[in-house]
Amino acid sequence: MHSPIIDPDRPAVRLDDVTVVRSGRTVLDGFSLAIPAGSVSAILGPSGSGKTTVLKLITGQLRPASGTVTIGRTDVHSLGRSALNDLRRHVGVLLQNGALLTDLTVFDNVALPLREHTDLPASLIRRVVLLKLQAVGLRGAAELFPGQLSGGMNRRVAMARALALDPDLMLYDEPFAGLDPISLAAGARLIKQINRVLGITSVVITHDVAVVEDFADHACIIADGRVVAHGSPRELHDSDDPLVRQFMDGLPDGPVPFHYPASDLADDLLGSAER
Amino acid sequence: MSEPALQSGRILSPVRDLGRAVVFLGQALSRMRFRSGTLGETLRQTYFIGVRSLVIIMTCGFFVGLVLTLQTYDTLTRFGAGDAVSTVLALSLFRELGPVLTAILFAGRAGTSVTAEIGLMKATEQLDALELMAIDPMERIVQPRLLAGLIAVPVLTLIFNMMALAGGVAYSVFLMGIDPNVFWGTMQNNVELGRDFGAGMAKSVAFGGLAAWLAVYFGWTCRPTGEGVALATTQTVIATAISVLLLDFVLSALML
Amino acid sequence: MKSSNQIELAAGVFLLLGIAALVFLAVQATDGGAIGGKEPYRVTATFTNIGGLKPRSTVSMGGVRIGTVEEIALDPVTLEARVTLAIDSTYDDLPDDTSASILTSGLLGDQYVGLEPGGSPDPLADGDRILITNSAMVLEQLISKYLLNTDDTTSDD
Repeated sequence: MHSPIIDPDRPAVRLDDVTVVRSGRTVLDGFSLAIPAGSVSAILGPSGSGKTTVLKLITGQLRPASGTVTIGRTDVHSLGRSALNDLRRHVGVLLQNGALLTDLTVFDNVALPLREHTDLPASLIRRVVLLKLQAVGLRGAAELFPGQLSGGMNRRVAMARALALDPDLMLYDEPFAGLDPISLAAGARLIKQINRVLGITSVVITHDVAVVEDFADHACIIADGRVVAHGSPRELHDSDDPLVRQFMDGLPDGPVPFHYPASDLADDLLGSAER
Repeated sequence: MSEPALQSGRILSPVRDLGRAVVFLGQALSRMRFRSGTLGETLRQTYFIGVRSLVIIMTCGFFVGLVLTLQTYDTLTRFGAGDAVSTVLALSLFRELGPVLTAILFAGRAGTSVTAEIGLMKATEQLDALELMAIDPMERIVQPRLLAGLIAVPVLTLIFNMMALAGGVAYSVFLMGIDPNVFWGTMQNNVELGRDFGAGMAKSVAFGGLAAWLAVYFGWTCRPTGEGVALATTQTVIATAISVLLLDFVLSALML
Repeated sequence: MKSSNQIELAAGVFLLLGIAALVFLAVQATDGGAIGGKEPYRVTATFTNIGGLKPRSTVSMGGVRIGTVEEIALDPVTLEARVTLAIDSTYDDLPDDTSASILTSGLLGDQYVGLEPGGSPDPLADGDRILITNSAMVLEQLISKYLLNTDDTTSDD
């Protein structure tokens, strides 16, 4: 249907020296990252570390103050509206809670991108949609509305929708948040499987360290707006960097402080009468 | 924020809101496109906002007609002009009450639900999801609702007027015993198709556009939280009621 | 939740209901465009006094509404009121010696222009002037006239 936007021998996604400032706060500072083509890469990090910002940079929702973001050979932020839309047809995104349109059935949700962007006849669209739903195990739910499905199922439908146009790059924003262990394992396997079968590149943003080894070829940990460690999941597991250790082991305090920056507690309590 | 800045913010914020709403409408109109799916989606929205407002419009219409006839008839008989009741009823309905009350009721019933719906779509990232699928949410979400408002409000106004006349007939013909031929006859003699009825319907189209525009705007710009959505629905009702009455005055002055 | 076919059907029924209401209201509750629908033709008439006549007042013949008062102006030379009547073009064969009177509907009702047909074979045309007119009866004038008349008769006798 279309030529791939990603060369197999170049990084699929590159962020070069990107700085993002949002309402006066520097979220990313001189951030660089390369996602190898054909891999499943995990971007790990504590809440508020800028993971979602990275995703929004890649999708073009957010413009960096400086630096460049490229998908394949295309500089995302140099594109106009229509060129950006052309690019987005090759990129599937799974948002945190699926973000299905609640007034459409599961079937119509998955059919939506096909109806909007292709001239396929209705019978063919029907076949494609049912196949995609079959791949995520929800063909039986085609006529139900998103509100009638569980959160995990909603996300799987959204995955089918994101895959409807056969993207070259899949982005997942916290696909495991709030899932029970069974759905979590199933989801992790599904991401890996889809990446292999379709021969695409996947980027998974998550804070769930335990499952990373199940699906990712490559992982990087970001904190305070920069990459603090990257490598295969195993390498990270064996790392002795204090920040990596804190994150991998789930320690409450460490290089990432438990307390929001504040003045000394004793000063605050004893000096309160002066204010 | 310092006190004077806060004050000027309070005074200027409605002006800024108005400016934003105009910019929003401009964007929505400039990004309008008509494609195969547009008609179906517009019909769907017409159903959601039109058919669902039907019961409240019909009920209110009937009782407005009833009470209007009751009051007018009582007053007119003091001047020995009881026969004019149907004319007064039809003129006040067609020219003012029908279009204005329908638009305000519409804002309360359908406008709020459109605002809440779009606000929730924003909160649950549905609008982001559309944009990421290279589908313009302006075109997919905003446009059908604007068109549906333009269609639904005049239709609801017609139905409101019908029900109000039914209420008028119920009171004057069935209860007060006015001859139905006199009732309809004086009305036909004194109500002009273009100048009275047509002008009212033209107003109603304008109000429909206005109500749909405001409902969509407040949903689109609300903060994506429960509190933000609640605030936005309230703003929809207040802003629509006030601006419909203002526009009504301007249009009436222009048309007469 | 309903399927999209049912929704479109319901929306269609809703629109049909609107069209039915439109037709009913236009036919049953208005003049159906009988007046002001087609371009009317205009004639003028001068009166010494028009009383409470206003633009948009009714013009009728034999009790049937056939037009409206379009414009009222004071003739700067004769200092009489010149009234322009817009008459529905359906009634385009009124005799040219038709007379116009300013009448009152009921004792306290609105004033209107009543036309009384004459016997001429030639019809009134656009821009013509109605020559025979009767001015409004102004209550005060009527009363004073009545009083003066009685006064006159008593003094004459």
